[in-house]
Amino acid sequence: MKKMLLAAVATTMIASPVLAADVKLGIIYGFTGPIESLTPPMAEAAEMAMKEVTDSGSFMDGSSVTGVRADSTCVDAAAATAGAERLITAEGISAIVGADCSGVTIAVLQNTAMAKGMVMISPSATSPALSDMEDNGLFFRTAPSDAREGQVVAEMLKEKGYNSVALTYTNNDYGKGLAGAIQSNFESMGGNITIVTAHEEGKGDYSAEVGALAQAGGDLLVVAGYLDQGGKMIIQGSLDAGSFDTFFLPGGMIGDSLPEAIGSDLDGSFGVVAGTDSPGAKMMSEIIGGELGPFVGESYDAAALIMLAMQAAGSTSSADFAGKVLDVANAPGEKIFPGELAKGMKILAGGGEIDYVGASAVELIGGGESAGSYREIVVEGAKNKTVGYR
Amino acid sequence: MTDLLNALVIIANFIIVPGLAYGSQLALGALGVTLVFGVLRFSNIAHGETMAAGAMFTMLFTWLLQSMGIGFGPLPTALLALPFGIGAAMVLCLATDRAVYGYYRRVRASPAIYIIVSVGVMFVYNGLIRFVVGPQDRVITDGQRFIMKARAFKQATGLNEGLAIKTTQAVSVGCAVLAVGLLFWFLNRTRTGKSMRAYSDNEDLALLSGINPERVVLITWLITAALATLAGTLYGLDKSFRPFVYMQLLLPIFAAAIVGGFGSPLGAIAGGFVIAFSELTVTFAYKRVLAYLLPDSMAPSTLVQLLSTDYKIAVSFAILVIVLLIKPTGLFGQRTA
Repeated sequence: MKKMLLAAVATTMIASPVLAADVKLGIIYGFTGPIESLTPPMAEAAEMAMKEVTDSGSFMDGSSVTGVRADSTCVDAAAATAGAERLITAEGISAIVGADCSGVTIAVLQNTAMAKGMVMISPSATSPALSDMEDNGLFFRTAPSDAREGQVVAEMLKEKGYNSVALTYTNNDYGKGLAGAIQSNFESMGGNITIVTAHEEGKGDYSAEVGALAQAGGDLLVVAGYLDQGGKMIIQGSLDAGSFDTFFLPGGMIGDSLPEAIGSDLDGSFGVVAGTDSPGAKMMSEIIGGELGPFVGESYDAAALIMLAMQAAGSTSSADFAGKVLDVANAPGEKIFPGELAKGMKILAGGGEIDYVGASAVELIGGGESAGSYREIVVEGAKNKTVGYR
Repeated sequence: MTDLLNALVIIANFIIVPGLAYGSQLALGALGVTLVFGVLRFSNIAHGETMAAGAMFTMLFTWLLQSMGIGFGPLPTALLALPFGIGAAMVLCLATDRAVYGYYRRVRASPAIYIIVSVGVMFVYNGLIRFVVGPQDRVITDGQRFIMKARAFKQATGLNEGLAIKTTQAVSVGCAVLAVGLLFWFLNRTRTGKSMRAYSDNEDLALLSGINPERVVLITWLITAALATLAGTLYGLDKSFRPFVYMQLLLPIFAAAIVGGFGSPLGAIAGGFVIAFSELTVTFAYKRVLAYLLPDSMAPSTLVQLLSTDYKIAVSFAILVIVLLIKPTGLFGQRTA
């Protein structure tokens, strides 16, 4: 009996992932679906962080880290959950970078991550509902809550002199949360919202929504949707029918594919997306050799935070390192910028403390979400131009 | 008088023009579904993907024509590519019939099995399309975008309200009228068309009177492929080509076919327009229309919207349920769906 117990203990010790093993991280983004044009650079940024850490050679006694991708589809909770299950059971991942859209993130968190006790850090799930959702301390995000974005949107509209606007949102957790935040903030500042109407993604026809919005009227249309699908169709329809000329584009609508698809008719529309002018963002755009796309820096940071927390805890088991995420993300400690993950790993290995700043000036507040800074965008000459930060 | 005209222009711009275009696209889709049901006696779940495949073939030929520098003046080049797209879709449908459906016809499988088989075919097509062109959204429209722009209309008429008519909307309606005309002429006036209707009405009698069933099946697939390609291409031109939207179109298309009466071509057309217009009229906000029509003192302060647009899908399905409860054969059908 004693021998059997010993043998059992020995096998578990061999099976547990220690000592220069290959650590796998799941990347669950919507590679198909309404934000499919945004996700490839996001996933590449996360994989870049993993490669950087692997190349440093100082992660967990020389372990390597590889990313395994799964498709969240952005909108289909069942598909996202199935993808997460596959990564955990078949691929043996240690933590999840993702998911991307709020609805599927909540689904993966509640159905899979909490059940399996797995840490997940999302770069782009922004629903206010995630702020106080029960998560067993496993969920973090490098993107700010939409409660803050709603406030920023309302301020920008007021500053530009818009007092009467129409509002449409994509009918899911992200859209509903953001629309609610915009409406309450804008109305408390004395603004008037003529209509709040939902639209579904991937539908065949949006004439009914366009018609209702046009009849309610307003000086501008706020489209809290996704740039590759419903949001784009609503904007195109409104322009075609001549009902709105100017649009406000929140985070989910910022990307190069939208002005490309609509063309110069979109000029003069403006929007806002999570982003900073911190030195980290500049360093990150130098590393990738181009302007930083939406949520790309946040994605790099999400992967980096997971690996730094693992290093700080000296373990790849979520139960051990979940508590370390806030420690490595916030002060005190040596500031770590993108491209300096090797330095961070060495400090942590030596028992020191770090304050990860990363590409998006990471500062995790409350239950582990970014405090939030935003990039102001104006569409000019059928291109998104960054005009300021707030 | 101007008030009345303004009100009419609002209705035309936001209900009649988009409703006619969307209704034509649905009607063409529903015609294909109803033909397969009438002649081959099963509900073809793969029809949405057949539309997508046809549109994809047309798109590939459009790119070829564009790269050769061939255009169609103010009209979209895709119309020139349409015959080639239809040809390719016909080959696909016949190959599928030879490889899959033919077997189930020989073993006289029950309709339930056919439905499941067509679900399988749908997934195969789905994968095939993504394999060839990927899941992205693509715009294939070229040529002149508008026949009438909202702003130009306002300037020309001096009215407050604008009316916009897109080229693709006019093309949709025009092509649908043409295709339906041809189809009815074929079914009612030609020998082959009559043999198809005979086969659809009573298979045994048709066989006894010497109608070749394989020929009827062949012709049905050819027509179905042509209608599906046309519907898919028109839809892709009017909105944009994105493979998985066609699966979403399947529901309104089946609703249209059932409302009109499964197996009845006339019903499919009526059903398409009933579904399209019901979505638009019930969820439309009539505030500004009433403001023009009523005296100022009675102008509404609310939106006067019967139902929020969130419920627009529920509208078509409510109609579907009501039709099935009151007249299960559909508006024009003889057989229950």
